[in-house]
Amino acid sequence: MRKYIIKRVLLSVLILFFVGFIIYCLMRCLPTSYIEQMARQRSMQPGSKSFEEWMAQLSATYGMDKGLILGYFGWLGNVVRGNFGDSWYFTVPVVEKFHDTVWLSFVMGFISFFFELIIAIPLGIIAATKQYSKTDYTVSIIALAGISLPTFFFASLLKLVFAVKFKWFDLYGLVGRMYDQLTPMGQLLDKANHLVLPIVTLVVCSMGGLMRYTRTNMLEVLNADYIRTARAKGLSERRVIYHHAFRNTLIPIVTIIGGTLPGLFSGALITETLYSLPGIGFTSYTAMRSGDIPFSMFYMVFLAILTLTGNLLADILYAVVDPRVRIS
Amino acid sequence: MKKDQTKNTEKNENYSLNDDRRVKMLSPGALVAKRFFRNRLAVTGLIILAFMFSFSYIGGIISPYEEDQKFYRVEAQLKDYAGAIRNTEFRYTTADASVFSSAAQAKAFLAISGGESSYVYRDVTYELEELSPELYIIRVGGEIVGIASKYIVSSSTSNEDFPFEFTLNSLEAYLDGSGFEAEGKIYEIDEDGVVTESGTEVAYISDYIVRAVAGDVFLTREFKTKLIETIESGSTEFVYTDEKGETYEYKLTFNNANSSWNIKRETDRTVYDNYAFPTKEHWLGLDGNGMDMLTRLMYGGRVSLRIGFIVVFIETFLGVIMGGISGYFGGWVDMLIMRIVDVFYCIPSLPIFVILGAAMSAANLDSEIRMLFLMLIIGFLGWPGVARLVRGQILSLREQEFMTATEATGISVSRRIFRHLVPNVIPQLIVTCTMGLGDTILTEATLSFLGIGVSFPYASWGNIISDVTNLETLTHYLHVWIPAGILLLLTVLAFNIVGDGLRDAFDPKMKR
Repeated sequence: MRKYIIKRVLLSVLILFFVGFIIYCLMRCLPTSYIEQMARQRSMQPGSKSFEEWMAQLSATYGMDKGLILGYFGWLGNVVRGNFGDSWYFTVPVVEKFHDTVWLSFVMGFISFFFELIIAIPLGIIAATKQYSKTDYTVSIIALAGISLPTFFFASLLKLVFAVKFKWFDLYGLVGRMYDQLTPMGQLLDKANHLVLPIVTLVVCSMGGLMRYTRTNMLEVLNADYIRTARAKGLSERRVIYHHAFRNTLIPIVTIIGGTLPGLFSGALITETLYSLPGIGFTSYTAMRSGDIPFSMFYMVFLAILTLTGNLLADILYAVVDPRVRIS
Repeated sequence: MKKDQTKNTEKNENYSLNDDRRVKMLSPGALVAKRFFRNRLAVTGLIILAFMFSFSYIGGIISPYEEDQKFYRVEAQLKDYAGAIRNTEFRYTTADASVFSSAAQAKAFLAISGGESSYVYRDVTYELEELSPELYIIRVGGEIVGIASKYIVSSSTSNEDFPFEFTLNSLEAYLDGSGFEAEGKIYEIDEDGVVTESGTEVAYISDYIVRAVAGDVFLTREFKTKLIETIESGSTEFVYTDEKGETYEYKLTFNNANSSWNIKRETDRTVYDNYAFPTKEHWLGLDGNGMDMLTRLMYGGRVSLRIGFIVVFIETFLGVIMGGISGYFGGWVDMLIMRIVDVFYCIPSLPIFVILGAAMSAANLDSEIRMLFLMLIIGFLGWPGVARLVRGQILSLREQEFMTATEATGISVSRRIFRHLVPNVIPQLIVTCTMGLGDTILTEATLSFLGIGVSFPYASWGNIISDVTNLETLTHYLHVWIPAGILLLLTVLAFNIVGDGLRDAFDPKMKR
């Protein structure tokens, strides 16, 4: 087991190395005029460094004057030491900005993930146990609709109904206008109020996948021989489904949940942008749109690490949870 | 024919129970189709897709409008046209080649109101001769240097001023009501102050000053008379038809500060008929640029579908080749390709789209080229999924007997892969592609919504909805963004449903 984990971790590091290289190449492929233009624009901002300083920092960090390979290793050295440079757009060190924003994204991601689980898994299981019934069709359609729903369209509808018509929530932002006058408890509630619509958007648009996954897996388990045996033994249907089948369905689900966990930090780029929430997604979107190279590079590397960690976690969990899996 | 059938049934009855001919034979394809069409949901999806295709491709042909045809509306706009003031002060006209400074003019005013007959300014004595309370002649040493008049002489044909002699003579003549002579021409004057030369009107005298706001506009006497009538009747608006036969409405406002009237004319201005609500001509109204919404949706559908198909084609093409090679050869080739797949899996695609989109926007790339780049980028980042699927399938198929048979018969490697292995992967591939189409359309719409995908003048469902970021569109112009959203949702949903239905139909383990 330990050998397997070590092997996987090493492999992940190797993959990360190449992913980093591709991302680095991409950045180097951007037209220099574009980079210079963006740096010049950014250097006009109050409190910003001068254009020459940005460019000097950029060439120092990314080894622009060196070749592709040498430059990459130079950059990698910086990255390993946690030095991602200063953000052009926010004029603070990238890592500092990251610390300021990632937690909001995590809280949002975590809450919506929780709701996703408690809605999607039961529905998926019910649909599978009543295959081809009305419930099954309804759940399938809901799941498919969730997958097919364009986030921006759904968010706009939510805004129209709940923010414009009913005026229950604000259209944008994390805090209301009166935030500073509120008591600490009131401030918390204000933030919670502003997070309702984004979380609903996230849950609805992402639960479809898990619902379908649960249903498919449950169907597979229900067709297994040991379920037939359980039924043949004369166990009650309840016990067959919730004791024997459910536990076995959990194996792939736990795996996939484990794989999703790191993703909670990645932020919801589209949703955060739609609601102008200062999470990591919206922040990086702003940075990327305005050609803030240091921040964009950081975000991409960060996402790559999260994906790899997710895969790694899923694989390890799979081996841990399912005793039938023997690792060679 | 009928005889044949009866013969057949007779024959059927004679077959033994385990005779194959008793069973109606169906090809695998027909079986799949049969299973597919039994699935009502999937058929609904198929119908939606058929509708979307005809909507986009046939609809675009039928629609009487172009993709980027703009519609205009005429809007009435009040624009400053002229200013009028009743002259209650003396206005000075200086004689040709004389010096009559404005300070001396001011002095003259004081002398007039003081009832004096002469005054001194800077050692020069000015003599005043009163012809009437409204008209004074100012002389220096017997020479006329200027006149002070409350009447104004305006030309009937242009905005130009008259020579001094003409002005003076006409004003004098106006007072005694006779004709006069100036520069060798004889003029008549009537009691309204209209000056005529042998029947042609040349000038008129009045105590109103009316000036057009625009320098090149000449106001006729008729217009001014109408205006003065309106002012004197205390009304605030009038309608006037000018000599070109154009009728306008004019509105007057009195300005207390300088006791003048502002005349505003209602002019028609042609503007983009943006956000017009649905009408008979435009079933879904017009969008923010005054383009027909329904037509935009049709062309947008074409763009979305086209991008979807091309991207999925690229993905599948690369995926099948890489996955096929990887799965068939195994060993280090497989190892290498799968690591490449892993690397591609980890590349965060959305940030890359955003960065490249922003760079393309900055470079002002042509919309057409942008679209091409977009498709290439999405396709190139999407193949690993297909490659994994194909590889997995081939790994399991490779071990089956029919593959051993192909090996035994000595069929070439490429033929074995692409004629015997790949066709067996196709069912899975079709399902993935169908769902991938929905996915791609969604991705494209998201990017276009963010303004980094398909750009104007091309329509795409995503960039049509992107207008919703404008708060007024969100709250008031629902016809601009809701239809596009529904079409998008339905299309993606239909692709997913059909994909699902196909999966069930292909799956031999299917219960039904």
